Amino acid sequence: MSRINSPAELEQFRKGILSKRDPNKPCIALCSGSACLASGSDQVAASLEEEIEKQGLSDQVEIRRTGCHGFCERGPITIIHPEETSYFQVEPEDVPEIISQTVKGKQVIERLLYVDPSTNEKIIHESEIPFYKNQERLVLGSNVSIDPKSIDDYVAIGGYSALAKVLSGMTSEQVLEEVKKSNLRGRGGGGFPTGIKWQGAAALPSHVEGSRNASGETKYVIVNADEGDPGAYMNRSTLEGNPHSVLEGLIIGAFAIGAQEGYIYVRQEYPLAVENVDIAIKQAEEYGFLGGNILGSGFDFNVQVHQGAGAFVSGESTALMTALEGKVGEPRPKYIRSNVKGLWGRPSVLNNVETWANVPLIINKGADWFTQFGTERSKGTKIFSLVGKVTNTGLVEVPMGTTLRDIIYKIGGGIPGGKRFKAVQTGGPSGGCIPEELLDLQVDFDELTRAGSMMGSGGMIVMDEDTCMVDVARYFIDFLTDESCGKCVPCREGLRQMHKILTNITVGKGREGDIELLEELSEVAIDASLCALGRTAPNPVLSTIRYFRDEYEAHIKEKRCPALSCKELISYYIDPTKCQACMICLRKCPVEAIDGAKSKIHIIDQEKCTKCGTCFEVCPSRFGAVIKISGEPVPSPIPEDARTIVRKSKKNE
Amino acid sequence: MSEILLQIDGKKVQAREEMTILEAAQSVGIFIPTLCHHEKLEPYGACRICIVEVTVGGRTRLVVSCVYLVEENLVVRTRSEKIDKIRKAILELLLAHAPDSPKLQDLAKEYGADKDRFEKEASFCIHCGLCVRYCAEVKKKNAVGFIDRGIRKEISFIPEIASKECWDCKECFPLCPTSALQAAYVLIEALAS
Amino acid sequence: MRLVHSSENEPICEKAAMDTDRIDQIIDNHQGEASSLIQVLLEIQSEHRWLPREALERVSEKLKVPLTRILHIATFYKAFSLVPKGRHEIHVCMGTACHVRGASRVLDAVQDLTGIRPGETDLDLKFSLETVNCLGCCALGPVMAIDGKTHGKMAPDETADVLKNYD
Repeated sequence: MSRINSPAELEQFRKGILSKRDPNKPCIALCSGSACLASGSDQVAASLEEEIEKQGLSDQVEIRRTGCHGFCERGPITIIHPEETSYFQVEPEDVPEIISQTVKGKQVIERLLYVDPSTNEKIIHESEIPFYKNQERLVLGSNVSIDPKSIDDYVAIGGYSALAKVLSGMTSEQVLEEVKKSNLRGRGGGGFPTGIKWQGAAALPSHVEGSRNASGETKYVIVNADEGDPGAYMNRSTLEGNPHSVLEGLIIGAFAIGAQEGYIYVRQEYPLAVENVDIAIKQAEEYGFLGGNILGSGFDFNVQVHQGAGAFVSGESTALMTALEGKVGEPRPKYIRSNVKGLWGRPSVLNNVETWANVPLIINKGADWFTQFGTERSKGTKIFSLVGKVTNTGLVEVPMGTTLRDIIYKIGGGIPGGKRFKAVQTGGPSGGCIPEELLDLQVDFDELTRAGSMMGSGGMIVMDEDTCMVDVARYFIDFLTDESCGKCVPCREGLRQMHKILTNITVGKGREGDIELLEELSEVAIDASLCALGRTAPNPVLSTIRYFRDEYEAHIKEKRCPALSCKELISYYIDPTKCQACMICLRKCPVEAIDGAKSKIHIIDQEKCTKCGTCFEVCPSRFGAVIKISGEPVPSPIPEDARTIVRKSKKNE
Repeated sequence: MSEILLQIDGKKVQAREEMTILEAAQSVGIFIPTLCHHEKLEPYGACRICIVEVTVGGRTRLVVSCVYLVEENLVVRTRSEKIDKIRKAILELLLAHAPDSPKLQDLAKEYGADKDRFEKEASFCIHCGLCVRYCAEVKKKNAVGFIDRGIRKEISFIPEIASKECWDCKECFPLCPTSALQAAYVLIEALAS
Repeated sequence: MRLVHSSENEPICEKAAMDTDRIDQIIDNHQGEASSLIQVLLEIQSEHRWLPREALERVSEKLKVPLTRILHIATFYKAFSLVPKGRHEIHVCMGTACHVRGASRVLDAVQDLTGIRPGETDLDLKFSLETVNCLGCCALGPVMAIDGKTHGKMAPDETADVLKNYD
C-alpha cells in the first residue's frame, strides 16, 4: 500500500475506498473480540467461510470479523448488513440457515433474535435492544463497523481525519486548547485533567535544571494498556477492536506536546490486543501516519510496543516508566510530576487507552460538542465493564452522570435469579462498594469519590444477597498482598496484618477491636504509602465497614455470615420436612457425607462435610430441601423411625 | 546553585537547591529518624519513617523528607500527632519481624511503640534495602538483591558472586539495622550449599 | 531468605538444551538494549517455557545488567518461571467478577483433578497451574484458560471434561 503524503491525498484515498464499497452488498459482521472467541466465534467464522464457498457466494458476500460489540453475555454476535439483522449466541450449526434464509432470502430467523425479557418482544436491530439503546457509544461504537486488522476499514469510517485536521495547519497550542476546553479527564483512574497534563509537558517549567528550549528536550507519550483491575476489560476491547483510534489519539498528543517517541505498554495477558496493535502500527507506518514527515507536515513520530509480564503494580505510572527502562516495574517515590520528569527523567505524558481514544473525537467534532455530554466536572462518556451478578454482562458506554440504577437495571437488566441487589463495586482494588441506598448516584469522578469509592478504570462489579461483604474486603486485600511491590512498610506490612485480620474474621476467629485495628492500619496506609496502590488499598475495607458494618459485627460477635457464604461459618442441612429422598445429592456428594436411601430422608454427616456446596446446587428446586445455616447449631438429626417417607400411591386411595 | 530559605520546626534554615528536607534538617542539627537512608546511597523512600508535614502554597501534605526537595518558603514540621502515630505504627509493624533490633527498640521507646502489638513473624529483614543498594551503588558487585514482590519479597545472595566477593568485604553487615549477624547467616547458608 | 539456585530443586525432566546462539539472536532482535530486558526475557520464556539459569547469565553478560536485577524481574513477574513449566498451562481467573461467580470452587476442582496447587507443575510435566488476576473475559466468568484458549462459564463439575482433552 502506498504512502499518503498529505491531508488532501488522504481525503482522495478515503473517497477511493468508499467508492469501491457497495453499501448494499451483503456483509456478515461477526464479533471476534476475546469474549466471543471464548464463546466460539472462530468456529462460527470457519463455518461461515465454508458455507459461503460451498454456495458459490464468495464474490457476493463479505465476512467482516470485527472487534468487541460489548454484549459479551450473548456472544457470538453476528450482524447481517445492510439490514442490520442481529443474531446472538450463534453456533456453527446455525450458519447454513443464516446464509440461505437471511443473507440470500432476506428473512429473519426468529430463534436467533434477542428477546426483551420484560416485553417478550423479539428485536431485530442491535441498536434497538435496551442494552444498547440506553448507551452512548462514542468510543466503542465504531467496533461493530470495522475489522481491527484492516486500516482501510478505519479510514473508511473517517479514521485519521482528526490527525489530518491537526496537521493541516493547527498549531500545537491550538490542539492543547481544544483538549483543555473539552475538560477530558484521565480515564485510567486518576481523573486528572488531560489538557493540563499535556500543557505541563508542552511548556517546561523554568526551574528544571539544565532546561533548554522546549523543542530541544526529548519528550515521550505513553499509552497505559496495562489494565490490571480484575473485572475490567474496556481497554482490552478498545485495543483489540479499534487500535487505530488509540494510535491516532497518541500521534495527535505527541504533536501537541512536542514528542517524537511513544510507547504502548500492553499486558502480556492480552495477546490478541498485542497482535492487533502490532498490525495496526505496521499498517500506519506503511501509510505514513507514523514515521517521518507525517502527511507532509514535517512532524516525525515513532511508537514501540512493550509488553507487561504479569504485575498489577506495573500499571502505576511511575512503575510503568521504570519497567520501560528495563528495570523492575516498582513505583518510585517522587514529588516531581512525570510530565516534567518521567521516563528517563524526561517530560512524559502517560494516559490510559480510553483517554487517547477520545482525542480524535474531540478534535473532529470539537470540545463544545464533547462538553454537551456528562456532568459539570466530568465531561464525555465512560466505558464500564458491567459484570458479576447482573443479567446483561458486558461493556457499557454511557455519558457521565448516568445513575448507577440506570446502568444496572435499564442497561444491565437487573439481578438474575430473582436475587436482591446488595452492592456495586467500582474502581477495582482501589475502589469501594456502593450500597442500595446510593443507587441513584450520578456516576462521575467526584460523586464516586464522595461515596467512598472511585471511578478507577471503569470496572463495575454487581453483587447480590449471596455475596459476603467481609469476604469481598478479604478478597481485595488478598489480591493486593500479592500485587504490592513490597517496597514500603505501610503497604507491605499494613496489608499483611490486614489480611490476617480479615481472614480470621471470615473463619470465625474475629475479635473485638478488629474493626478499629483495620481502620488504624488503613489510615497509616492512606497517609504514608509510597504510591497510589498503597494509598487506595484500604478503600474496599473502609467502604465495606462504612456501609456493611453489621456484617463485620455478625462475623465477629456471633460467628455468623449473614450472606451464608463464608465456608467456615456455614453448615449445610437437609430439611427433613422437604427432603423427598431422591438420592441426587447423596450420589453427587464428593466425600460421601450424606446418609440415606430411596424413601429414607437424607442426613448430612457434619463431620465429613467439606462445605463444597454441591448438594445445595443439585437439590431439585421443587424440593429446595438443602439449606445453609450460620451462627446457630445444626439441628440434631431426626430419629431413625421418622426417616421413612411414606409415599401415597393410587392403590391405597 | 542558589540559596533556598525554608522553615523547619519553626527554625529558619538556609539550604542549597537540590537538597532534600532531610539533608537540610541534618545541616542544622534537627533529627529526623530514618531506617533506609544512607548518605552514600540514592534516597530510597521505602521505610516512610522520615515522614514530615510540609505546607507550601496553602496546601499541607505528608511527604518523606529523604526524597522531597527543599523549596522556597516551605514550612516543615518534623513532629505532630499524626506523624508520631504513623511512626509508631511503622515501628510496630517492623518489630513483628525484628523485635530485638537495637535501632528499632531505641525508636520504639521514643514513639511508645509496642513490640508485641502484632503477631511475630521472625524474618529479621525489614526491607530497608541498605545491603542491596550498597553492594550495587558503592561496591558495584551486585552480590545480593531482592527477589519476588509483596509480602513474599526477600533478599537473596547470588552464590557465584558472593563466594568470590563477600568474605573479604562484609561492608554491608554493619549497615543492617536489625542484626549484623543476619546478613552473615544468609551468606554462610549460601556458601554452604 | 531464599536462594535462587540454578538446578537444585527442579523436577526430574529433560533439561532443555539451551542454545546460546538462540539467546544471542533474541537479544540482538532487541538491538541489545538494556531497556528491552523484560521483552527479551518474555521471548526466552515463551520459547523455552522457562528461564534457564544459563540463559539469564548470558543475558546479564550481553546486556550488561546485573544478574540481581534479572533475578528480581524473573521472580517479580508472574509470566516468568525459573523451573520448567508443563506442556499445558492452566490459568484459572480469580478476578473479582469471576470470584463473585464462584471461581474458587472451580480452582478447588482443578486442584483436585491435577493434584497440584497454583505455582506448581505436576511430576509428568503435563500441567502447570496458575491463578491469574483477570483475563479480561469478565462477562463469561468463571473463566479458565488452557494454553491461551479461554473456557468461559466454567462449572466445577465441567473441569474434568475440559482437562481430559489435553495430553
